[in-house]
Amino acid sequence: MDDVVKVTDVTKVYTMGDQRVEALKGISFSVRRGEFVAIMGASGSGKSTCMNMLGCLDVPTSGEYRLEDVNVGKLAGNELAEIRNRKIGFVFQGFNLLARTTARENVELPLVYARIPAAERREKAIAALAQVGLAGREDHYSNQLSGGQQQRVAIARALVNDPAIIMADEPTGNLDSKTSVEIMSIFQQLNRRGITILMVTHEPDIAAYTGRHLIFRDGLIISDTPNANPQVAEASREERI
Amino acid sequence: MTTLWQSMLIALRALRVNKMRALLTMLGIIIGIAAVIAMVAIGSGASKMISDQIASIGSNLLLVIPGSTTSGGLRTGSGGTPTLTYDDAKAIRAECPSVAEVAPTVRGSAQVVFGNQNWSTIVMGTTSDMLTVRDWPLVSGRNISPSDVDGAIKNCIIGQTVAENLFGSADPIGKIIRIKKIPFTVIGMLEHKGQSPQGQDQDDVIYIPLTTAQRKVFGSQFPNSVGAMMIQAKDADVLKKAEEEVTALLDQRHRIGPSRERDFTVRNLSEILAVSEQSSKVMSILLGAVASISLIVGGIGIMNIMLVSVTERTREIGIRMAIGAKQRDILLQFLTEAVLLTTVGGIIGMGVGVIGAMVVSKLMNWPTLISSTAIVIAFAFSAGVGVFFGFYPARKAASLNPIDALRYE
Ligand SMILES: Nc1ncnc2c1ncn2[C@@H]1O[C@H](COP(=O)(O)OP(=O)(O)OP(=O)(O)O)[C@@H](O)[C@H]1O
Ligand SMILES: [Mg+2]
Repeated sequence: MDDVVKVTDVTKVYTMGDQRVEALKGISFSVRRGEFVAIMGASGSGKSTCMNMLGCLDVPTSGEYRLEDVNVGKLAGNELAEIRNRKIGFVFQGFNLLARTTARENVELPLVYARIPAAERREKAIAALAQVGLAGREDHYSNQLSGGQQQRVAIARALVNDPAIIMADEPTGNLDSKTSVEIMSIFQQLNRRGITILMVTHEPDIAAYTGRHLIFRDGLIISDTPNANPQVAEASREERI
Repeated sequence: MTTLWQSMLIALRALRVNKMRALLTMLGIIIGIAAVIAMVAIGSGASKMISDQIASIGSNLLLVIPGSTTSGGLRTGSGGTPTLTYDDAKAIRAECPSVAEVAPTVRGSAQVVFGNQNWSTIVMGTTSDMLTVRDWPLVSGRNISPSDVDGAIKNCIIGQTVAENLFGSADPIGKIIRIKKIPFTVIGMLEHKGQSPQGQDQDDVIYIPLTTAQRKVFGSQFPNSVGAMMIQAKDADVLKKAEEEVTALLDQRHRIGPSRERDFTVRNLSEILAVSEQSSKVMSILLGAVASISLIVGGIGIMNIMLVSVTERTREIGIRMAIGAKQRDILLQFLTEAVLLTTVGGIIGMGVGVIGAMVVSKLMNWPTLISSTAIVIAFAFSAGVGVFFGFYPARKAASLNPIDALRYE
């Protein structure tokens, strides 16, 4: 059994004052190593809540979440931080790079918290940036880069620590369709190298590049279908890796 | 967990981004530390000056003066009738076991002339004990000898100020000077002594044999009387005992009893001076305390800016947490930033304080004393202010929820 993620009867309830919001009402699914999964669903259906939990930013209210066979719900804050550092790579809709910081330094950040020596950090960061087609842009500041380039820096940062899984919450939400395809092309190449990717998206034509579709509605998974023939994202020539 | 070095780099970068703000924030600490350093330097300079002056008077001293004191410490009926005599001094020397030396004095001011130079100074008749009592060595020549006193010889020893004014740089030993037109041979020159605690120039003095002063220079209707006596106890432990012995002996010699008011006063000089030394120390502590209030105000400034900074960088904190920063990494990062601000401010403040103290000492002719202890304490204090006032904002940053922090606009 090579499940990277195994979720069983997970619920998430937010209480604000006397108001209870059931964001997840009991979901179960698992993700095998090397899968590329799209999570879809209407706004407010619980996708981000699910991603935050899978990304160990939050713990379930009830149910069990095992990441590489570790029961994450039982862990304390520091242990969660360590799991986020070593096993998870995040890609956000808003890129979330540090401002006034170079691409390389942004990518090095997870390695800093993993206490990897500077020389090795530098080497790994340069390699990760090359993987996303940003060789030669290491010393550009994040605000000097285009949206698509920033998102690629974010992807490099997500994969620099060799995570078990990359979590991407609407990674193309802020990008135009051409740039979105470039990002999907990078994800597909990483996936082809065996990296597990979970991605939230609103757009069916973005989901079409993935191998499996999970559809959320009102805190429940209403469908879980494999995509036998994922569309292949063609990188434009100058972006080819 | 990142190393301290990493936190330093992150903090330095954060401070570089907001240079002006960092500088203004540091200003509070700079002023605080500068004030503390300068105030402590000025205060301890003053108390050092006072204790030096106390040492210059001599140690374990009693002063016997004519006249009695009321309970309030006010001298009554003094001055007019000289009640102390040279024989009293000799008796004390001979009969009080705790007394080491007795220097009786007769004091007056006089015009002294050497060649075409003349100078108005204080002339004191005394005995050979004086220089021991005052712990005052000669630079050249010899002391007044007992035979000088016995024979009322016209010899004198002179202070540095007198020497300068009469002889310039020439050697005064063996020269004849005229005190109130009477020729005296200069037999010794005293070392430089400086100011007294009362601010008088102690070097502006001429010592002559007691008997010479009594009979030839300040002739009066009480030829055997002395103006005051300086008495040195054998050591600090018997000072009190010496005071009692002297009082008892003089009571007996002057027939003091129920019907006769005491006609002399014994004062413990060392004790009086120690009190003034103590009060100057209290003063310098007070100055330092007042100055450290400004340091606290500076610390509050740091806290304020750190809180603003945490709020501004909420998203950055969220990113760092999502990427694997632990709470203590974030805590350390913001704490390092605060401590860096205060220690850099502290170092600059020390420079400003030292320069300020030097300027004060130059312009106002006030002695200042900058001790390395004060520097070390100030440095530790500024770091401490950083930790103390940086802790709350840092903890606030570290306890942020990563999801909320990431969502923060
Ligand atoms: N921190 C929170 N406190 C209270 N309620 C929350 C919180 N986070 C999410 N919710 C609620 O949980 C539900 C699911 O939210 P979630 O963000 O997971 O939706 P989503 O599927 O990601 O939507 P979108 O497509 O708009 O991003 C919503 O009703 C939302 O209001
Ligand atoms: Mg969402």
